[in-house]
Amino acid sequence: MTVGSDGISGPAGRAAGAGVRPEAIRAIPLRHPWRWVAAVVVLAAAVALVYTFASAPDLKWDAVGQYLFFPRIEEAILVTLELTVLAMVIGIALGVLLAVMRLSVNPVVSTVSWFYIWFFRGTPVLVQIFFWYNIATILPFIRLGIPFTHLQWVGQTNNIVSPFLAAVLGLGLNEAAYMSEVVRAGIISVDHGQTEAAQALGMTRVRVMRRIVLPQAMRVIIPPTGNETISMLKTSSLASIATVAELFYIQEEISNSNFRIVELLIVASIWYLVMTSILTFGQYYVERYFARGSARQLPMTPLQRFRRMLLRSHVAPPLVTADPSAASSITPHSR
Amino acid sequence: MAGPMVLAEAVHKSYGRLEVLRGIDLEVAPREVMCIVGPSGSGKSTFLRCINHLEKIDAGRLSVDGELVGYREHDGKIYELREREVCRKRAEIGMVFQRFNLFPHMTALGNVVEAPTRVKGEPRAVAEERGRALLARVGLADKVDVYPNQLSGGQQQRVAIARALAMQPKLMLFDEPTSALDPELVGDVLDVMRGLAQDGMTMVVVTHEMGFAREVGDSLVFMDGGVIVESGNPREVLANPQHERTRAFLSKVL
Repeated sequence: MTVGSDGISGPAGRAAGAGVRPEAIRAIPLRHPWRWVAAVVVLAAAVALVYTFASAPDLKWDAVGQYLFFPRIEEAILVTLELTVLAMVIGIALGVLLAVMRLSVNPVVSTVSWFYIWFFRGTPVLVQIFFWYNIATILPFIRLGIPFTHLQWVGQTNNIVSPFLAAVLGLGLNEAAYMSEVVRAGIISVDHGQTEAAQALGMTRVRVMRRIVLPQAMRVIIPPTGNETISMLKTSSLASIATVAELFYIQEEISNSNFRIVELLIVASIWYLVMTSILTFGQYYVERYFARGSARQLPMTPLQRFRRMLLRSHVAPPLVTADPSAASSITPHSR
Repeated sequence: MAGPMVLAEAVHKSYGRLEVLRGIDLEVAPREVMCIVGPSGSGKSTFLRCINHLEKIDAGRLSVDGELVGYREHDGKIYELREREVCRKRAEIGMVFQRFNLFPHMTALGNVVEAPTRVKGEPRAVAEERGRALLARVGLADKVDVYPNQLSGGQQQRVAIARALAMQPKLMLFDEPTSALDPELVGDVLDVMRGLAQDGMTMVVVTHEMGFAREVGDSLVFMDGGVIVESGNPREVLANPQHERTRAFLSKVL
């Protein structure tokens, strides 16, 4: 503004010099007609789609409802969850190990890790599950012993590698290859100055990794890990090839006897969706936990956001400024 | 009379074909404050990092408190030290970085007690008590439970100094501790360093703060191109530089 501070000229000068907060702007909001058009088109398409399926003459919706809480389906859901959890535990634990090995200064160790990732990422997980399932056909016995002594333990492979274990091994060992790359990306993302500062304090490399680098890498590691877990939940359906009684296997078994193929696929899909939705929700909170110290203010939980929304509709302030009472309850050190 | 705290003899260091240090000879006595100045790329930070073995030297000898850095000498042969031994020696040397490098996932106190509890195995209560005292000493008694990203640069650097002091080092290395700070925050950090010097801490300070060097430093070293061009009493060197290169540098920064 070219006007001097004495307020010689118009109303703008007077307001600026007065030192009082000017009135909030009450502008007429911009109209967005295309949003309405888009909403109508989408709604019409959705109605058409739902109607098509709902009115499909041979689709028996009551069968869907009937099988949704069928005891065998419920048991199968538990098996799917067990598979997912065990495979992810193996995948994450081995993945962290492989990532640290990959970044090791020891060339032997890092090469081993490279080959593992190359092999397990380079072959289909379906093949790997089927391989473990059929391992007994090439190695009927498993021998564990100490060389040059008579101490040994022999077991029949068929008794040890059950179909369930074959599926867990196939899914978990494959997952480890992917998880190691996720973890490695996280480790690399941590500023090298952190390592130097920790080393200057006299920490060993292992301790620097465990106490300083990995906790910071978690923030980068968590989102893709959530992604991997959700993916695993669905990939676990491949365990059906090893005759594991998980959700996909059981729904297929049922539909083989009653020929309600699509109905049971819908049942399975509903359950897969429910489970992935719960995981998505959980991931949000885990991410929030590991954002400590990195974000000045943590993002609000859905509950907090909902409360804020209710509050705002009552009070309706002109500008959305962070109100201090809500902010203080979500700062990282409130615990 | 104790020997020198730091003794460098013909220290050489190269990155590939680039020679960063081309024969550094210097001596830092106990309780001495030595300031190293010079243009960027002169090798001053690299030399500082050699002192606690964050960088390996290629030739020459470098010892701290009478022991070689990173090596062990026995029967005229030099052996590389194991990681554990290198760490034990680093634990006795404090270092403060230009970019603070506080651990962002720990509170100020967490940063300070991490190394004493994990490296030295001190009981948590003991480490926390000293940690609180150290944070109070650097003027941050009220920031104990705050995470680094809620502190200003000057406050972060003072936490970093407290973190280094928590290991009760016999030598402190400062790598341009005020270069990343807003001008008005520099004073607080320099005050803390001045206090340390008065308490008799041996310090090697790479800095661009000529006022600090003149006032607090016992000796001043001017480096350029990987060698020491000139050294001596800071007041004399700054007032009356003998070397052409020193004069040219000082005329730009003073």
